Amino acid sequence: MKRIVGVLGIALAIGLSGQADAQTLKTVRDRGALICGVSQGLPGFSNPDDKGTWTGLDVDFCRAIAAAIFNDPTKVKFTPLSSKDRFEPLKSSEVDLLSRNTTWTSSRDALFNFAGVIYFDGQGFMVRKALKVNSALELNGASICTQTGTTTELNLGDYFRSNNMKYEVIAFGSADETIKAYESGRCDAFTTDMSQLYSERLKLSNANDHVILPEVISKEPLGPLVRQGDDQWFDVVKWTLFAMLNAEELGVSSKTLDDALKSKQPEIRRMLGVDGTYGEQLGLTRDWVVRIVRHVGNYGEVFERNVGASSKLGISRGINRLWTKGGIQYAPPIR
Amino acid sequence: MTKTAFYNNPRFRSAFYQLAVLAVVIWFGVEFAINARANLEAQNVRFGFRFLQDPASFGIVQSLIPYGEQDTYGRVFLVGLLNTLLVSALGIVFATILGFIIGLARLSPNWLLARLAGGYVELVRNLPLLFQIMFWYLAVLLALPGPRQSLALGLQPLLLSAADGFAYLQRFGAPDAIAQWWRSLAEWIGPPAIYLNNRGLIMPRAVFGEGSRIVAAAFVIAILAIIGLRAWARRRQQATGAQFPLLWPSLAILVGLPALATLAVGWPVSFDLPQLRGFNFVGGSQVIPEFTALLVALTTYTAAFIAEVVRAGVLAVPKGQTEAAMALGLRRKTTLRLIVVPQAMRVIIPPLTNQYLNLTKNSTLAVAIGYPDLVAVFAGTTLNQTHQAIEIIAITMAVYLVISLVTSLAMNAYNARLRRADRWRA
Amino acid sequence: MSATFVREQLVAPMEQPRSNVGTPAWLQQKLFGSVLNTVVTIISAVIFAALVWPAIRFMLIDAVWDGSSRVDCLAETVGRPVGACWPFIAAKFAQFMYGFYPAEEVWRINLTYAIGIVLLAPLLIPPVPYKVLNAILFFGVFPVVAFYLLIGGVFGLPHVETRVWGGLLVTLVITFAGIIGALPIGIVLALGRRSSLLLVRWFCVIFIEFWRGVPLITVLFFATYMLPFFLPEAWKLDPLARVLIGVILFAGAYMAEVVRGGLQAIPRGQYEAARALGLGYWKMMAFVVLPQALKLVIPGMVNSFIALFKDTTLVLIVAIFDLLGQLRASFADPNWATPVTLLTGFAFAGMIYFAISFAISRYALYVERRLSTGVAH
Repeated sequence: MKRIVGVLGIALAIGLSGQADAQTLKTVRDRGALICGVSQGLPGFSNPDDKGTWTGLDVDFCRAIAAAIFNDPTKVKFTPLSSKDRFEPLKSSEVDLLSRNTTWTSSRDALFNFAGVIYFDGQGFMVRKALKVNSALELNGASICTQTGTTTELNLGDYFRSNNMKYEVIAFGSADETIKAYESGRCDAFTTDMSQLYSERLKLSNANDHVILPEVISKEPLGPLVRQGDDQWFDVVKWTLFAMLNAEELGVSSKTLDDALKSKQPEIRRMLGVDGTYGEQLGLTRDWVVRIVRHVGNYGEVFERNVGASSKLGISRGINRLWTKGGIQYAPPIR
Repeated sequence: MTKTAFYNNPRFRSAFYQLAVLAVVIWFGVEFAINARANLEAQNVRFGFRFLQDPASFGIVQSLIPYGEQDTYGRVFLVGLLNTLLVSALGIVFATILGFIIGLARLSPNWLLARLAGGYVELVRNLPLLFQIMFWYLAVLLALPGPRQSLALGLQPLLLSAADGFAYLQRFGAPDAIAQWWRSLAEWIGPPAIYLNNRGLIMPRAVFGEGSRIVAAAFVIAILAIIGLRAWARRRQQATGAQFPLLWPSLAILVGLPALATLAVGWPVSFDLPQLRGFNFVGGSQVIPEFTALLVALTTYTAAFIAEVVRAGVLAVPKGQTEAAMALGLRRKTTLRLIVVPQAMRVIIPPLTNQYLNLTKNSTLAVAIGYPDLVAVFAGTTLNQTHQAIEIIAITMAVYLVISLVTSLAMNAYNARLRRADRWRA
Repeated sequence: MSATFVREQLVAPMEQPRSNVGTPAWLQQKLFGSVLNTVVTIISAVIFAALVWPAIRFMLIDAVWDGSSRVDCLAETVGRPVGACWPFIAAKFAQFMYGFYPAEEVWRINLTYAIGIVLLAPLLIPPVPYKVLNAILFFGVFPVVAFYLLIGGVFGLPHVETRVWGGLLVTLVITFAGIIGALPIGIVLALGRRSSLLLVRWFCVIFIEFWRGVPLITVLFFATYMLPFFLPEAWKLDPLARVLIGVILFAGAYMAEVVRGGLQAIPRGQYEAARALGLGYWKMMAFVVLPQALKLVIPGMVNSFIALFKDTTLVLIVAIFDLLGQLRASFADPNWATPVTLLTGFAFAGMIYFAISFAISRYALYVERRLSTGVAH
């Protein structure tokens, strides 16, 4: 009897993991793989297929870091996390970073470090085309499905109240249930972050019967985040994102990479490590950007492949265009 | 005389063990408190119940009391609690009725009926309740058509189909007038006012006008009068042995008094009929499908357990009791009413209360399908927005503990009364 | 004096009236005895047919057996009304069984199942000897072996974190770990509740009644959201471990009441005899009372097991994907979105839950009958 108690004690104790340590980059190198916290299934951002291979924007960002460190984008392990339990594993070093469409807010930044914005998002609405609704302002009296445990319920309440509209909210515990209820017609509209709306729309059997309304009722900048107290690792993650943006800005893609390596343009030469040792300053190699772009691609490629107009989600770049093209995506220079 | 070592002294041992338990409990308590304090500080959460006065700013789909986004979390708690009590109370009523029917059906001499009831019990008891709730919600209720294709429930569709049937009979020479008569009756009844769709069950809402209080009062008086009548009849029977036929006078009072009151003040109730407008029906009252799914699942699930309780209770009455009553010349009905049922109920009631308690606790599964019960709106949404995990979960647990405690106290009182009654009889 | 009017031999018994034997008589008595009885039979038969026939049509006759995507299960493609879409189950089978456990490591789960069955089967069959050794192996050694097999990280087995576990694996892990963990807690609490030491007794009563008084879902919420606050910062339990703690405490309180029932059933004489032999409290309990009491409560324990097995579904509410959780997640897969996907999934999961739960409850009945007839092991 006591033995059983003891065994259980051991069993539970092994479920515990160690304290945060300040040398994540070294830990990752020693381990031979990056551990990345992602969602439990959100097409376009992080989604496993029937064989368990992960794809998506958030996933590709993790692969880019793995490419920069190991020159091998497959050296990543993905840990699916629910929206409620996503921060604990990061805090306790179970994952090296969280790349799980997480909104950058002041209260979260007080506990973690956001490495930038990989996708500028905002809360929106999806409705059936058959309803012939063109604006969220026409949703007076509608019943709306949403997932509980997020800020969406609050934004929803604020939006309808400030526009003097009535609504009925049905809040579910999980995303799967919410989308199922919306699909079966329980609600007129489904609300969550825009990116998720596009992603969840793929889960509907007739995606084309549903439209996403133009109104954005909140600011949701999504980005990867790391633990506080490890500046080197923070830099690696931050600059992987910047490298992808810079590569797009300078027109370096996985297709044009070999030409770009011969380029005379000083910015490109610096970025690709032909001139200077900027990668080594970060604790990586000189050719870190080459690795990222070759294996994963620049930001534009990754965006298009996973969520862009040519992908299943079909999201237009919008404000996620580069600053040079009318968007707000902007990265500091590599020099 | 050998001197026992002090640690073998039973009194010392007893004191030692008790102190050890006490010490462990206190140690755990202190440890928990210290950790909780450190963790709360680290996460910038302030312990306390002040959040209950903060505005909740989120909507709730079903509320028995007026509620809006500007109301407080305290009010959210109340709304959730009332929703829990509502579904539990209705579930208890329906599960009891269904459970008794099925339990008695299992005892039926008819082989097929007994088997059918047995199959029901086995099937329902061996599937997880949450599975059944999700089945009713996702596969049954949400599979209903949308508001525009609602199923209309009511007399008119029935009458119209009856009229069609008679119209068919005309070919065989039935007079035309019959179908006509059914049709005009259907028209007179008017379009059905009860609709079923994937937004729920939509019914007319009774609007109580002036004078409805008088009618309600008449109803209450009628019930009191019947109770008084019964008491008088029983006393008279005990004194003189003469029986008084209770059924018909009771019914007469129950219908007659309110009817008289209605005649006096006029028909006080009007109906607000639902109409399809915009996205959904407007007006009338709406039973949301989350509620229906939860109620149906809780009812059918608990009924299977109640059926077993009822069966065991009836089987526990020895056959000799019935035979003795028959030998005394009691009629079958009287035997059941005076001999079998009271003895069976004594076996049935304690486990039955247990099932009621289980049903109430199981209503917490509402959170899985979005019915706004206490756990869903308070331990769910409120917890996620305020992060006051310790306070909220403690309050929620306390609510269920109080319900359990009150029920088991009532049960203990009931058992004590039974035991006393037994002693007197012996 | 001779009493010639008294027969000296028994009259040979008459044959039963023909109307009392055979199928016709049975039918008459059980189904068509009176008008009322006949009506009841007909109504029951109609209800039975109305329930069973559509189920058979759905699951067998109209079902689609081959296919690779939703298209194969659409009525337009098949050209007739479709019933169950079994290819959907085939495609999701691995997820229903193992969650996202790496496919090349699944043999570890199967091996664990195999060891479990080999140890459990002889424990459940009464005539097989060596029950004590067997019980120690199953309750003491097996959990450790299973733990390392499933988690890995030792003996060259790759580490598989619990977050990728799912489906029936999680259901069974929680159920077995819950029962095996609850048993010692339940025994200690039951002994404590019957103790003569006031403080010990009160502590046990409060502990038991607390966990029995609250719904399991609040216990899971407690374990998931409140417990981390009470533990030191450095202790970070993974979600499955937290849920297990909640389940074990909850099941332990119920187990305590089951064991208490067994302790109460042991006659006073047994206690007194043990005392008279000079046994102390622990020896008396360990060698005289508990062996008898635990044997008596086997049916109760099996029933707790069934209850826990069904209650395990609640973990999906705290984002752990058991069988029902995986089922729900699979409904959201657009590749298999058809009008029959929901019913197919429910039919499949329902059959699994029913088969396991029904089989175990029959076993409990069997043991109960054995015990009540007084046959010794």
